Amino acid sequence: MNSDTKNIKKLIIDRSLELDCGKIIKDFPLAYETYGTLNKKKNNAILAFHALTGDQFVTNINPITKREGWWTFAVGPGKAIDTNKYFVICANVLGGCMGSFGPKEINPATNKIFSTSFPVITIKDIVKAQKFLIDHLGIKKLLSVVGGSMGGMQVLQFVSLYPEASHSAVPIACSASHSAQNIALNELGRQAIMADPNWKNENSTPDKGLAVARMAAHITYLSKQGLQEKFGRKLQDKGSLKFSFDADFQIESYLRYQGAAFVDRFDANSYLYITRAMDYFDLEKQFNGNLSLAFKKTKSKFCVISFSSDWLYPTSENKEIVIALNACGANVGFVEINSDKGHDSFLLDVPDFLKTLNEFINSTYNEINNEKRI
Amino acid sequence: MKKEFKVIAKIIQNNKRVLDIGCGDGTLMEYLKKNQKNDVRGLEPKKDLVQKCISKGLSVIEGDAEKELIQFPKKSFDYVVLSQTLQAFLYPEEVLNQLLRIGKQTIVSIPNFGYWKVRLHLLLKGTMPVTKNLPNEWYNTPNLHMCTIQDFVNFCNKKNIKIDKSMCLTKEKISEITVGNMKYKNIFSELGIFLIE
Repeated sequence: MNSDTKNIKKLIIDRSLELDCGKIIKDFPLAYETYGTLNKKKNNAILAFHALTGDQFVTNINPITKREGWWTFAVGPGKAIDTNKYFVICANVLGGCMGSFGPKEINPATNKIFSTSFPVITIKDIVKAQKFLIDHLGIKKLLSVVGGSMGGMQVLQFVSLYPEASHSAVPIACSASHSAQNIALNELGRQAIMADPNWKNENSTPDKGLAVARMAAHITYLSKQGLQEKFGRKLQDKGSLKFSFDADFQIESYLRYQGAAFVDRFDANSYLYITRAMDYFDLEKQFNGNLSLAFKKTKSKFCVISFSSDWLYPTSENKEIVIALNACGANVGFVEINSDKGHDSFLLDVPDFLKTLNEFINSTYNEINNEKRI
Repeated sequence: MKKEFKVIAKIIQNNKRVLDIGCGDGTLMEYLKKNQKNDVRGLEPKKDLVQKCISKGLSVIEGDAEKELIQFPKKSFDYVVLSQTLQAFLYPEEVLNQLLRIGKQTIVSIPNFGYWKVRLHLLLKGTMPVTKNLPNEWYNTPNLHMCTIQDFVNFCNKKNIKIDKSMCLTKEKISEITVGNMKYKNIFSELGIFLIE
């Protein structure tokens, strides 16, 4: 695994953070990246939260993996979130493996890699750490907090913790509490990693296990229809079945590739920790079973977006967020975008989605600037 | 903006909270927000229209009023607006009950099935009326529960719904409906607009 993360932008958080698990951390690194320019009024900043396997490199070529950033379709000059106009900030989550404080880092107390001695972190911890970064950048109020999937969970947690800290919020393809099905799917991935004999081997990495975890997860990001249309029963570089367990079908080859490529860029223990943080996410429970209390103090304008073919975070779960927001009289819009690309739709070129995102952000920006003129 | 919306907007006081059910492309919402500083929300079943509204900066939720209204708390809006949609619901009475629950006041407009052209169409042609306000054929109309102005007033009386204002619209001309002119208005109005609670 490529671990050349020394030259990336990092903030050493010198404030102490009490984690949900009870441990207190201090002087820990948070790796981040920014795009565009913060204006004089400091009112054009957008905090983007990445999903499970994302990182701070939202757009352009990721300097570590040499691949395109995870939200290249949405963020960049002239794109839905226009970096000519907005200042986009993204931090690698706590527990991640792109320079932030995570299980891959050296534990100063033992001089060894943390691995599973790293504390269990939650979405709340992840969000609190990023608020330190926003404070450090001197931004009192963000224009927007946006994110899909686990990024969307962070959006919800952020507005709940800091109701005054953002003018708007865009939770995309997410849920206010992780469903049993999603916990089950994450557990499948974790068990695949932990079943790999190399998992506890200090001199090796559980590549097989992590690849299987990724393969299983990848299926959940797509839709049945999307898979059928893209792959069907097409064979991989062959005219007929080979009566073996090689990758006869294109879909097999595709998944194997996805698994293999993933282990080059991701740490298996980070995968364990971050999926755990997702499973523990239950915003409703944080407010004694009444989700709308989570949003009671917020004045943010919300735009909740789901995708018709997303079965991992289906429209019904996104709608629960909308219902809770309506129940407390919050300012919320909601749209389900038609797409056959499954949960991954938010990362892909889905024009209706990108247009909605773009126009919502622009209208919010125009509104706050008009208000100030009056 | 069409005359009906102008009438509705005039009923709505400035700075109040408004929920527009079946808000379409958000024309009325936009007007209220800009000109009357109303805090507006919308509900609209058609995706493309919802996207249009969101792009205008309007907070609109995609959804069907027959399923979604339940999520709004009691008296959470000063006004709930339902423009020419009541007749298209499967259970208009239940929708109306929800509107009255959510809104301190509710503005409902209905295409008048008692309009003379409608009556004449059925009387003379013997086929289901097709007019400017009711442009569809019987087999493709979204309108399931057509009623007349008189029907709506009767309904409100029967259900103890207070009518604060009743107006009617004919050829862009607006007038008040009174007990005295009811029979006349029920024949010569294309549209009824009611403020109820």
